[in-house]
Amino acid sequence: MRTRTGGLGGDLGAPQHVVGWLLLLPAAVLLVTFTHYPAFGTLYHSLFSTPKTGRPAVWVGLDNYQAMASDPVFWQSLRNNVVFALGTIPTSIALALAMALLVNGQLRGRAFLRLSYFTPTILPMIAVANIWLFFYTPGYGLLEQITGRLGLPTHNWLGSRDTALACLIVVTIWKEAGFFMIFYLAALQSIAPVLGEAAAIEGAGRWYFFRRVTFPLLMPTTLFVLVNAVINSFRLVDHIVVMTRGGPDNASQLLLYYIYDVGFKFWDTAYAAALTMVLLAILAVAALGQFALLERRVHYR
Amino acid sequence: MTRPRVGVDPPGRVLETLAAWLLGIVWLLPLAYAVWTAFHPREYSAHFVPTAPLTLANFDDAWNAAPFARYLINTVVLVSIILAAQLVLCTLAAYAFARYEFVGRGTAFLLVLVQLMIMPDVLIVENYRTMNRLGLVDTIVAIGLPYMASAFGIFLLRQTFKTVPRELDEAARVEGAGALETLWRVYVPLARPVYVAYALVSVSYHWNNFLWPLIVTNSVASRPLTVGLQVFSSTDQGIDWSLITAATLLTSAPLLVAFLLFQRQFVQSFMRAGIR
Repeated sequence: MRTRTGGLGGDLGAPQHVVGWLLLLPAAVLLVTFTHYPAFGTLYHSLFSTPKTGRPAVWVGLDNYQAMASDPVFWQSLRNNVVFALGTIPTSIALALAMALLVNGQLRGRAFLRLSYFTPTILPMIAVANIWLFFYTPGYGLLEQITGRLGLPTHNWLGSRDTALACLIVVTIWKEAGFFMIFYLAALQSIAPVLGEAAAIEGAGRWYFFRRVTFPLLMPTTLFVLVNAVINSFRLVDHIVVMTRGGPDNASQLLLYYIYDVGFKFWDTAYAAALTMVLLAILAVAALGQFALLERRVHYR
Repeated sequence: MTRPRVGVDPPGRVLETLAAWLLGIVWLLPLAYAVWTAFHPREYSAHFVPTAPLTLANFDDAWNAAPFARYLINTVVLVSIILAAQLVLCTLAAYAFARYEFVGRGTAFLLVLVQLMIMPDVLIVENYRTMNRLGLVDTIVAIGLPYMASAFGIFLLRQTFKTVPRELDEAARVEGAGALETLWRVYVPLARPVYVAYALVSVSYHWNNFLWPLIVTNSVASRPLTVGLQVFSSTDQGIDWSLITAATLLTSAPLLVAFLLFQRQFVQSFMRAGIR
């Protein structure tokens, strides 16, 4: 038999450390290269000018941030992003909860309904955007056909400053509600049916039961879904590439799409780095929320 | 009490069923619309008459109008290498976090969790710079590299490995198994459902991912389906909706069919992966 040292017995201290780090090493190298290093790289490059041919990057301090503060497109993209978040998050969470409550009960065609709510989640956002682009097409798309039947004037939904962002909000809600629904569904199924029976014997109405029992019990799920929805609203811009490209007049410009525009169309990488710092700051705030949540969950176990 | 009792509220029930179905139909409408357009000749693309003839010509035309076969292969290669790398890297790292006491473990774990918030999706400018320096721009590997060490996978597997009884681990050690052998023989088999869940979520995510692949690829040889679809529908031709919707459905079809066949597994996987 071969002899071995270390392992889990913990008889020797050193091999535990060595083996632990060796196991972690491959993942750690990639994480550092593509998460931590670029995060610091973003900060570093945001303090320099964008290198051009024959003109290397020079230290400019906070110039990029000053330019950002006086850049109306930046402020617009930030405002739009807040509107986008407020437009998508509460509605998709409320719809997700409603869907879950509906298909959790006894209902004709329950399996089919679950399927129809959840299917958008599986589709690529880029495909979803194509389908909806067609849906919104002026004069020809389904939406226009419906409004036309109702005798409403024709309207360029994606091409007009007043409606472009709202159109994107609708698409995002359609895509996300079914995804959030399954978390509520899982949570609902873990609520003991005894509670409902007890409430029924006590004569409590269904709305009363929902408000006083179900909803509070679903609170951890709501928090979890909320944090994810916030992150998604700053992370996902695929539909903008297809549907509006931030237009018209930046009316549907979101922060990450603006970063993409600045970084990869104008190749102003230093300014794109400064913009990314704002995005990272927003995500860091969401991170604190998530960590608080994880902490709680770990303690439960 | 005058309140109606739970369950004996027929008008309410009927209303609920109606609401559920209305929502279900609204939810399916955009997709049904795309299916209609893709399966009918162009003159019927937005003209809904039940007698319209069905056709597969749009799919044929779309498939031949752009190198979709190549895009499909690229996507399959992409999701496969990402998943393979994720499974290996995350298993090793999760094992270390779950069962080894090493210097800096707590800090290292927090640093891993950072990726849950600062995803590669938002570090596009810097990661492009890195890929450029590595000479990897316009390769399939470049699309996958930032996602291979997945904090989410590490976290999920660590939680699972922690539930494995230590006695099983020790028994394997007594029989002379080393760290990797114990991991392979004891932990991996016990975590199988979690691996399945993680794999489904990972494949769905990367099959659908778009922005980073759009940035880091610029040729047919490396483009995945999502980017190929965008190139096709925005440049390769005018606005022929029959073709575009056919291409759109083609792009989503493999995943959609898999989902329809294995609905329960999909839903449970997303649930398991999300709830952690």
